[in-house]
Amino acid sequence: MRHIISLLMENEAGALSRVAGLFSSRGYNIESLTVAATEDPTLSRMTLVTAGSDDVVEQITKQLNKLIEVVKVVDLSDGDHIERELMLIKMRAVGKDREEIKRMADIFRGRIIDVTDKSYTIELTGTGSKLDAFLEAMERSAILETVRTGASGIGRGERILKV
Amino acid sequence: MSTELTGAEITVRCLQKEGVDYLFGYPGGAVLYIYDELFKQDKVKHILVRHEQAAVHAADGYSRSSNKVGVALVTSGPGVTNAVTGIATAYMDSVPLVIISGQVPTHAIGLDAFQEVDTVGITRPCVKHNFLVKDIAELATTIKKAFYIASTGRPGPVLVDIPKDVSQQKTAFVYPESVSMRSYNPVTRGHSGQIKKALQLMLGAKRPMIYTGGGIILSDAAARLTDLVRTLGFPCTNTLMGLGGYPATDKQFVGMLGMHGTYEANMAMQHCDVLVAIGARFDDRVIGNPKHFFNEDRKIIHIDIDPSSISKRVKVDVPIVGSVSDVLDELIKLLQVSREKPDQTAIDAWWTQIDLWRARDCLKYDRASPIIKPQMVIERLYKATKGNAFITSDVGQHQMWAAQFYKFDMPRRWINSGGLGTMGFGLPAAMGVQFANPRGTVACVTGEASIQMCIQELSTCKQYNLPLKIVNLNNRYMGMVRQWQEYFHGNRYAESYMDALPDFVKLAESYGHVGMKIEQPGDVEGALKEAFKLKDRLVFMDFITDQTENVFPMVPGGKGLSEMILV
Repeated sequence: MRHIISLLMENEAGALSRVAGLFSSRGYNIESLTVAATEDPTLSRMTLVTAGSDDVVEQITKQLNKLIEVVKVVDLSDGDHIERELMLIKMRAVGKDREEIKRMADIFRGRIIDVTDKSYTIELTGTGSKLDAFLEAMERSAILETVRTGASGIGRGERILKV
Repeated sequence: MSTELTGAEITVRCLQKEGVDYLFGYPGGAVLYIYDELFKQDKVKHILVRHEQAAVHAADGYSRSSNKVGVALVTSGPGVTNAVTGIATAYMDSVPLVIISGQVPTHAIGLDAFQEVDTVGITRPCVKHNFLVKDIAELATTIKKAFYIASTGRPGPVLVDIPKDVSQQKTAFVYPESVSMRSYNPVTRGHSGQIKKALQLMLGAKRPMIYTGGGIILSDAAARLTDLVRTLGFPCTNTLMGLGGYPATDKQFVGMLGMHGTYEANMAMQHCDVLVAIGARFDDRVIGNPKHFFNEDRKIIHIDIDPSSISKRVKVDVPIVGSVSDVLDELIKLLQVSREKPDQTAIDAWWTQIDLWRARDCLKYDRASPIIKPQMVIERLYKATKGNAFITSDVGQHQMWAAQFYKFDMPRRWINSGGLGTMGFGLPAAMGVQFANPRGTVACVTGEASIQMCIQELSTCKQYNLPLKIVNLNNRYMGMVRQWQEYFHGNRYAESYMDALPDFVKLAESYGHVGMKIEQPGDVEGALKEAFKLKDRLVFMDFITDQTENVFPMVPGGKGLSEMILV
């Protein structure tokens, strides 16, 4: 099963490599991993998407908690949460395709953020499956390049991850 | 204005503040400033080893036999890579160590400088934590944190990497009295509701079993465990790491369990209805195939300080996260006020069953053999030392025989590399044990293969006059490898024969020690007696033992605990 794990850790050199090293040394899989400093610059917030049985995910959260620099760990998929991912996608846009691509971007609430006479670059935010759906809707051969951030997540309502 | 000290002075002052009496190390370019400061003082005594692996093993043996943090000092690059085996050994067995390593100057880091290696990266998977100190202002606090992290919670090695320029720069020295870290708050007390639940389950048991590991030793809880087990009247087994946690000569002790555990211990593990695991982690050498283990229905209580050890290989019914000694204290208190008693009729019937298993005499061997049997040497060693020695071991058959035949009644007397299984551990670990216990009798049980992995330390032993007694069970084979080849690889003894062995007597003598070669069973006892009489000399006893002897019982890899091969 897919799990989305959020964690707060000391914003120190090497902390990220401890998390990444833990996953590779114990054979856990990482679908995506995002990390950046929080409003408190001494802390980083990381969102990790992984898949595994309940036993494996339990071990993952325990092992993450054991890392000295990790302050807090929560499995967001244990409760209500919101997930967002950002994708930038560069499309070949010439002739009548230009209008069609713009319309599709509008439908998906994407924004065109760079334009040349041959291409559009679209910014699109949503859950991973929405981004997948957008890619599905596009003509494969027109996609020149994509880049995705991986999911970031936050608990709904009063569910707060804070020190 | 307070006077400013160099990073090197600060490092040495920190060690003094931590009460470090022995530091095991080997100098090199990146740690020269630190060595210079060591030279100018005499509180921290530096022990010069002959290889960095031995420095860490010695610090490890020092720590295991004393419950103090062991400290090692190595230089950058090869100094660190040599130390890695020692660090990984300590990590697997949760031994509190602080390793200080030199690093190339900060401005040279990342430029493939001479003797540069990514120490923090290389050691990351085998330390509890590590630090690279880039700013001298953080040096003292970092060392304080290192000692704190190493010795609290589930202990483990912590490495502090100090670039050469940091050891040279100056700052005011303030050693913090204590440190607190928001990200590191190890629990100690167990959940009282869970502890009550555990006691209920224990009191209701018909076929109880108490299974304890290294956690009892690390947590200094042997006396409490003994108290609890005796009050309950339950059988008790120890893992390889847990030997000495419960007195081996006590009738409630059923021997070590696991791959080479006793028949009665393994059968009782398999057939109990309530299993109490304390400071143990159900590893593959202990319970064999977990699927087979669950062919039998039983309730499991698991007490451990590390939450990640619980439900890792085996699902448990009552998990208790907490310091083993604190939880045992609470269990004993509850038991004293409880009006309930264990079901004595059921327990008696259970003991009758266990005694039947015991009657198999699973550790029997040919006592009349005209060739020296290794088991007999260990039995004589036990007798010669009256069971009071510190015994270190290397890894292999001799290790298992020592664990089976030397009856450890006290904790911290059995020092071996259980988790990583590091050949070469025994001799340097014994050096550390002797420094921690200058009046103690220290013997290293080894084999002719293992001993050669750190044989250079005979020189260290000479320099510091360490009167170790080395018991070399010389069967001219890597015995455990040969045993597996015999059972699982059609007797094809690929590369397991030790050819071109040195004359160990001459070797010992050339290092300035006493060497003995013992070839007849009748000479074993006398040789041991003579060796232990030489109180101020290292004696290397080379016992020429039966080449074909195997360790029994044996649970083959992947098999269930009760599927033992018996003698």
